[in-house]
Amino acid sequence: MMRCLLLLLALLALPAQAEEVVMGLSQDSVSITTDFNGSEILIFGAVKREAPIRTDPPLQVIVTVAGPAAPVTVWRKARRLGIWVNADAVGIDAAPSFYTVATSAPWDEVISEVEDLRHKVSVPRAIRSVGAPMEIVDSQSFTDALIRIREREGLYQLRVNSVELRESTLFDTAISMPANIVEGRYTTRVFLTRGGRVVSQHASVIEVHKVGLERWLFNLSRNQSLIYGLLSLVIAVAAGWGASAAFRALKSG
Amino acid sequence: MQIYLPIAEVSVNVFLLFGLGGLVGILSGMFGVGGGFLITPLLFFMGIPPAVAVATGANQIVASSVSGVLAHLKRRTVDLRMGTVLLIGGLFGAALGVWVFNMLKEIGQVDLLVRLCYVLFLGIIGALMFVESVNALRRSKRGGPPKRRHHGWVHGLPFKMRFRTSGLYISAIPPLLVGVSVGVLAAIMGVGGGFIMVPAMIYLLGMPTKVVVGTSLFQIIFVTAFTTMLHAVTNQTVDILLALVLLIGGVIGAQIGTAVGMRLKAEQLRILLASLVLIVCAKLAFDLFLTPQDLYELGGQ
Repeated sequence: MMRCLLLLLALLALPAQAEEVVMGLSQDSVSITTDFNGSEILIFGAVKREAPIRTDPPLQVIVTVAGPAAPVTVWRKARRLGIWVNADAVGIDAAPSFYTVATSAPWDEVISEVEDLRHKVSVPRAIRSVGAPMEIVDSQSFTDALIRIREREGLYQLRVNSVELRESTLFDTAISMPANIVEGRYTTRVFLTRGGRVVSQHASVIEVHKVGLERWLFNLSRNQSLIYGLLSLVIAVAAGWGASAAFRALKSG
Repeated sequence: MQIYLPIAEVSVNVFLLFGLGGLVGILSGMFGVGGGFLITPLLFFMGIPPAVAVATGANQIVASSVSGVLAHLKRRTVDLRMGTVLLIGGLFGAALGVWVFNMLKEIGQVDLLVRLCYVLFLGIIGALMFVESVNALRRSKRGGPPKRRHHGWVHGLPFKMRFRTSGLYISAIPPLLVGVSVGVLAAIMGVGGGFIMVPAMIYLLGMPTKVVVGTSLFQIIFVTAFTTMLHAVTNQTVDILLALVLLIGGVIGAQIGTAVGMRLKAEQLRILLASLVLIVCAKLAFDLFLTPQDLYELGGQ
């Protein structure tokens, strides 16, 4: 009886799993070295299916990469006594430090509003904001400002038509990470959609971390801040003394 | 060539940073100031987070002051006793300043305070110095003898101390107060405070000009070192890599600056410095009054 039920369930689930996405990354880790100047990651994959390809509605692909999320405070300036000061603040509970969305077609054609809400695909949906203080009525404009500022810094990107899809089977796209990214786990998701509905998805992780000198200095500053502070002073004093000694040698020599 | 700064977490052009360090080095060699009042705002413009710029600026000033004070020690133009009194005040001031800085960071007004401090102090000092040096230049052209200054009320205070190198017998209270205020500014603005200390020592304490620069540098070393440590321990915002690139540029620039400074007259130098201070002040003041391009900004993580 139990086995029959399971079989039935599997059969019911089958149409949803008729097309399955398989994904690969050109690199699953990014190293921030001293000369780090951004990185480009190739994300590619294929659609696994047992039935012939359906063409209507057409298959579409969405790729997202999200950096580690952190709370952010957005300030709005206002003129007080003639000068501009930070007046209102809205705390956003979790905003990804980096977020990029690549699609294979214009936004309206790849995903519906409901599915976007469910899977949190678009940039505004990826930002989690519980609520603003009572006295602020237009809290949406603060979220918009966050997106606008991060877009200007190249941290948030919406790139429609940048996923290449061949024969409804093979796809690839390149994600560029700017130089001002932070370290952490970057979640990479691929969605297959038909008629705005998600039919399959897959997630993977890109590890971004500082290496070598960067790693060492960063860890030292966090774990042994006293030693780090002393080290920075030693360097400063040595440089100052060295300069004075070198100058004296130059003068007398 | 880009370099990724581990604490600031941004990537910047090495040559730009190097040039910035060099430029400030030239100025500090010419005028005997730390140059912090220039380097910190310029780092803001380059996209370094303000907290990192302030803390790293303090670290950079340690280096240039050490370099300068060694030269002055050789010439015996450092009043160690006066320096120590100023220093005691300075350490209290620095601790107070870091505390104020952290409190304001929490309520999101640190940027405003730093800017207001800059506008206020650069404006006052720049204007005073400009007027004074123009007058001095006129006097020297006429060939008249310089006026003797009186420092009335300063001499009426208790706790008198003898400062032999400066040839002064005055109360310890004014130097202590000068030290405290410079310490607060060092912590909040990321500057050594030389541009405030030097005029205060000449006009307020009546110290001879030849010992002023060395003594000011002597106490700045300790105050900025203390500030660096406080920022490193409480905020973890000192970027060694950033400081290092600025240092190398600064050290080379300082030598060029000293050579240029030798060829100019003292009054001309002071007028140039005053004009520079006023230009920076005007730029910062305009930014406060003009409508910003984006009314919104992102605060602490």
